[in-house]
Amino acid sequence: MNWKRASIAAATAAPVIGLLAWGLTRDPNSIPSPLPGREAPTFALQVFAPGQGDLARPAGDTVRLTDLRGKVVVLNFWASWCLACRDEHSALSDVAQSYAGKPVQFLGVLYNDVPDKGTAWIAEMGGQSYPSVDDPGARVAIDYGLYGVPETFFLDASGRVAYKHTGPVTQGVVRFKVDSLLAAALPAAPAPVADTAANTKAGKAQ
Amino acid sequence: MTQARTLSRALMGAAAALTLVSGALAAQAPELPAAPQGAPQDSGALRVKVQGTLTDAQKNDPVLDAATSAVAAQLRCPVCQGVAIQDSPSELAQQMRMVVKEQLASGKSPDEVKAYFVSKYGEWILLEPQAHGFNIVIYALPVLLVLGGAVFLVFIVRKWTAAPAAAGSAPSGEND
Repeated sequence: MNWKRASIAAATAAPVIGLLAWGLTRDPNSIPSPLPGREAPTFALQVFAPGQGDLARPAGDTVRLTDLRGKVVVLNFWASWCLACRDEHSALSDVAQSYAGKPVQFLGVLYNDVPDKGTAWIAEMGGQSYPSVDDPGARVAIDYGLYGVPETFFLDASGRVAYKHTGPVTQGVVRFKVDSLLAAALPAAPAPVADTAANTKAGKAQ
Repeated sequence: MTQARTLSRALMGAAAALTLVSGALAAQAPELPAAPQGAPQDSGALRVKVQGTLTDAQKNDPVLDAATSAVAAQLRCPVCQGVAIQDSPSELAQQMRMVVKEQLASGKSPDEVKAYFVSKYGEWILLEPQAHGFNIVIYALPVLLVLGGAVFLVFIVRKWTAAPAAAGSAPSGEND
């Protein structure tokens, strides 16, 4: 055997094999979001689907993220044309209901859809416990780096993006994330700001 | 004859290495996620009203349009397969183009607009990767391969052309 030639061949092949091996460890379909750990983009969006019971907000009310400081926020982007959104709907609605009275705000954000279709879809799905807002022009969706629905963002009580979930969420995932954010917020949790229509009228800065 | 076989073997090896490297780079190319399920096909029915901040003059400004196109051609459409938002008819791409236009109209530079999208989507949103970090490999590797290939060819050809003189004294069973 020609050891010199074998060594050169091995030295040439090793980086290529290494590169391929490294490539195999990565999922080409996953797009890591740069948002987790950063301040969540603010928004002020109008409610078109009020929600139910304790979680309800009047249709037409403006939800401002800055008014939700002190609460864990679960922001779910969805659309009536999205099949996968049907899979997570009841899980999200049920979990949101179970956190009623706690400093947690669930909010649906309609993505590339019209409120009438969104309202009809909610009725078809048997209702939604938490309110949904409209995002005309997908401005907020783009601000959150959205590339499809459903996508769910978990914001901590200080207003930072803690986690982004792509695809339909399960009750387990939502509970785990919300519980961990609530636990992290407990030691120095500021009193949740009442996010009522009064804040809208007060004309708080966005 | 033996030298020719060696040369052809070397060339085949180089071709195989090139194939492997290009395969590895292709594997690293940020492939697109699957298009959102049930994306609206009838965009007319679901066309949403876009909130615009542009004045009438800005909406029809050819200079602003050209600047928007230049930036939009560098940004990847998130719901397409390797297409710039400039070339995509998708709803989201149109909305992103509007954001580009609005930001340029507000006085932001093209680099600032691109930085905004990078801050939201990561570098994935840029169709042309920035030349830093691991990305340098993409730019340097082709040059290195061409240079390496040239050196290799010179080496082989020189050895090949010098072969007849040495061939007479070399024993025939050297290879294999």
